[in-house]
Amino acid sequence: MSLSVSQLQCSRGDISLFDGLSFELKPGQLMWLEGRNGSGKTTLLRTLCGLFLPDKGSVEWDGEPTKSVMDTFCRKLLYLGHQNALKLDLNPVENLQTLSRLNGQTVSEEQTEIALSQLGLFGYEETPVRKLSQGQQRRVALSRLLLSDALLWVLDEPFVALDIAAVELLQSILVKHVEQGGMVILTTHQALPIPEEKLMRLSLDQYA
Amino acid sequence: MLDSFLALLKRDLLLALRRRNDIFTVLFFFIIVVSIFPLGISFEQAVLQKIAPGVVWVAALLASTLALERIFANDYADGTLEQMLLTPQPLSVLVFAKTLAHWLLTGLPLVLIAPLAGLQYHLSAATIGTLMLVLLIGTPILSMIGAIGAALTLGLRGGGILISLLVLPLYIPVLVYGSGAIEAAMQGDVSLQPYYLLLSAFLLLSLVFAPWATAASLRISVE
Amino acid sequence: MSINWFKYSSPSSFYPLAGKMIPVFMTLAILLIMGGLYWGFFQTPDVLSDQKQYYRIIYVHVASAWMAMWLYVVMVTWAVLGLIFNTRMSYMMAAATAITGAIMTALSLWTGAFWGQTSWGTWWDWDPRMTSQLILLFLYIGYIALQSAIEDTRRSDRASAVLAIVGLVIVPVIYYSVNCPDPNECASLHQESSLKRVESNILIAMLVVTLGFWMYTFAVILMRVRNIILQRESHTQWVERLEEVK
Repeated sequence: MSLSVSQLQCSRGDISLFDGLSFELKPGQLMWLEGRNGSGKTTLLRTLCGLFLPDKGSVEWDGEPTKSVMDTFCRKLLYLGHQNALKLDLNPVENLQTLSRLNGQTVSEEQTEIALSQLGLFGYEETPVRKLSQGQQRRVALSRLLLSDALLWVLDEPFVALDIAAVELLQSILVKHVEQGGMVILTTHQALPIPEEKLMRLSLDQYA
Repeated sequence: MLDSFLALLKRDLLLALRRRNDIFTVLFFFIIVVSIFPLGISFEQAVLQKIAPGVVWVAALLASTLALERIFANDYADGTLEQMLLTPQPLSVLVFAKTLAHWLLTGLPLVLIAPLAGLQYHLSAATIGTLMLVLLIGTPILSMIGAIGAALTLGLRGGGILISLLVLPLYIPVLVYGSGAIEAAMQGDVSLQPYYLLLSAFLLLSLVFAPWATAASLRISVE
Repeated sequence: MSINWFKYSSPSSFYPLAGKMIPVFMTLAILLIMGGLYWGFFQTPDVLSDQKQYYRIIYVHVASAWMAMWLYVVMVTWAVLGLIFNTRMSYMMAAATAITGAIMTALSLWTGAFWGQTSWGTWWDWDPRMTSQLILLFLYIGYIALQSAIEDTRRSDRASAVLAIVGLVIVPVIYYSVNCPDPNECASLHQESSLKRVESNILIAMLVVTLGFWMYTFAVILMRVRNIILQRESHTQWVERLEEVK
């Protein structure tokens, strides 16, 4: 179960963002994607998920191109982009349950409530998301990390809008996931308390 | 797959229930359009009966394109659409769920309110019956094909008008046979069977092909 | 003549090739159109059934109507090639074809209106052929409108490609419904082809003019595609080095 990328080239609006990018991510590893603003970090993350088509190169999951094994790949993938993917008119429990069901995973109401309280949202389970603060909404989105059985987490700036307590909590969730054999790719300006041997750093600037 | 389909259908219906204004806007638009034609043309019963099939269908087409803007816009804005592209389910199944929900909320109400239009245009009870049946078969086709247009124009300025521009020409066959059927019903001695067969064939074809085209369009627009 | 198509699939190599082909096609176009029109004007009878001299407008009308329909298919072909091979050039050709197609459709409607007015006293009639041309114009306009509404070239190319393909699939259904709005009365799909009833001289003239229109179309599309190439590739080195741009 590894994610490997070879000779990837992506461009947006006729301008090439990066070229010749290759790496392999194995279970138990966390990749920290770095680069200037506009260097294509978000585009790379989206390309890995299959949302964006590269000009050249391939993305492979377990040796197979992701294009041909989309259903198994997606089953093992969790992507959190800049947006929270929450319906404002539903409450957190409804949101989380629907998202899980769409991913082919059934989670009980109880499980979602436990996840929400772990992220400090006890008591807000039935509040429409529209009434939560930005930080709270972000934490609802992050609750998916606790509920999902996905192996590969692709997170785009997950620490944004979080207070210090939530940041620490997220860091511990990431560490735990990696220790249990999961894989993470993320972009962030935050420091990560991950031991060196589990951490891969990739700077997109060198592939521009 | 069935579970995701149902989950999405339930979600969309639930969301619509919590924000009820959307459904009614479309319904009132239909009623207004149907009502202003006589004001612009004539109040004579004979004239009204003659123009009724076309007017009702044109109003249905316009109401449909107006409603289409909303089918994916919300999900696109909050990131839920992206997540749908990343599920292990075939996207066309999810699209089908959304389109079905959309039709239940914007197409079916038109079918149910059609008798009102029938009364305004002095149609007989039997004709109104045909009118409702024909709309019942035809409006889902409008939703299915319209969804393709909505998917292609996601997030663009010009929204509803642009969708109309793209989708109205594609609606023409449904318009021709939909209104033709009602006219034939008014004539009385003409067989309606070929009309129903044609419309049902269109419906079947659109059920099979449109979600797939819509899914492809969504992937292009979400990139 | 076997051409390695992929060699010319990059804008930088297609640009000069197109430049060389344009004068060839233009010359052929002028020769054929003028030849066809000469034949049509002087070798054919003065009166067609009950119409007077004005019927000769059909040389332009029929040619443009045929072009309008064929160019849609050509446009979709380029779009499909673009989607399959992901080549920028295919999309540019589709975009160039769309505009010529729209112009041809408009021309056929305009000449059709003149023909209608001079022969039957009416500028417009909802006969199946004219109605179909009108709808075809809407399809072209929809394509062009979608292309211009989307700023990102990549999304715009691919979205309009999908739209064009959907249009092509539905076009036969549209034509059928327009030709046959009452299914009880037209069990047969085919209308007798009016071509069979036309005198051979007139037919020859129409075909020659049509061929001339094809040559003209090639020339104009190539010219337009060169412009599109310049626009889209304006940031590349080879464009900056071109004579025209400096």
